[in-house]
Amino acid sequence: MAKINSLDELRKLRDQAKESMTARSGEAKVRIRASMGTVGIAGGAREVLKAIIDELEKRNFHEVEIIEGGSMGLDKEEPVIVVERDGFQTTYGKVQPEMARQIVAQHVINGQIISEWVIARNKQ
Amino acid sequence: MKELSLNILDILENSVHAGATRIHLTLQEYLETKDFLGFRIEDNGIGMDQAMVDSLFDPFTTTSTTKTVGLGLPLLKQEAEMCHGGCELESQPGVGTKVSFWFQHTHIDRPPLGDIVSTVLMMYAIHSDIEFIFTHEVDNNSFEISTSELKEVFQDVPINNPKILQGLETFLLENKNQLYGGKHYG
Ligand SMILES: Nc1ncnc2c1ncn2[C@@H]1O[C@H](COP(=O)(O)OP(=O)(O)O)[C@@H](O)[C@H]1O
Repeated sequence: MAKINSLDELRKLRDQAKESMTARSGEAKVRIRASMGTVGIAGGAREVLKAIIDELEKRNFHEVEIIEGGSMGLDKEEPVIVVERDGFQTTYGKVQPEMARQIVAQHVINGQIISEWVIARNKQ
Repeated sequence: MKELSLNILDILENSVHAGATRIHLTLQEYLETKDFLGFRIEDNGIGMDQAMVDSLFDPFTTTSTTKTVGLGLPLLKQEAEMCHGGCELESQPGVGTKVSFWFQHTHIDRPPLGDIVSTVLMMYAIHSDIEFIFTHEVDNNSFEISTSELKEVFQDVPINNPKILQGLETFLLENKNQLYGGKHYG
């Protein structure tokens, strides 16, 4: 990536992002909930979320909203992420960065659930 | 936690859960002017009364219903004290909370600062509605950036857009390297 150390250079980035947003509108809208509680953070939740962002960027998929999911009472399963897509809430447990990348590629973008990592699934 | 930047993320999340709309993180690394590494997190959340503040460093205090122990702050306080540092917490109900931790920078038991850029990035990724101010001081140099400044730049493009987040990561990394000026702080 080009050098970005000033607000001016961030402005250029804005124009690029704006372009790719308008070019790609119409994709399925997906929401990802990431938990960022103490247990999740200690278990690598930050790196998991970074991997998600990186994979979304690489695949140029922007119709996604990432929000905090709270601790969800699933300490034993942390780091936990929830994918909301096609009317279902799918919860993945013990997620590590490489798993997160696959979840983005297969589920978030293409709608294919990775069953072996799913710990809960509910209709929205 | 294996690095202080993860403790910082955990404390920032406390502020978020206290309903803060404004959070200021100040990180100070001094090696030349003094032997000091410290950070302070100030929020305008619901705050705590004196009884709560007093009991906070008792490891069995937490208002979370899903967990029985809140170990974050007491453990970090212990680590700070082991490293000739300390901890201060001021809070006022309805006004907000200010938490500070500091360490002797060169103490051999001091946990590494770790990836502070990723910690800051999390605030933009999942809490972009909060006005987050990040001030980083390294000896005589300093860097500061706020969510409102960034929103002014990005206008109708959300700052939690993946492309923007990656650009912000580069922006933060380059400014950090500039602050360090080629020296190793860790
Ligand atoms: N910035 C803050 N504002 C208001 N209350 C806070 C803040 N930080 C911590 N607290 C209170 O102190 C409790 C203990 O915090 P902590 O030791 O980090 O444990 P945990 O977050 O795991 O519960 C929290 O549950 C919360 O009630």
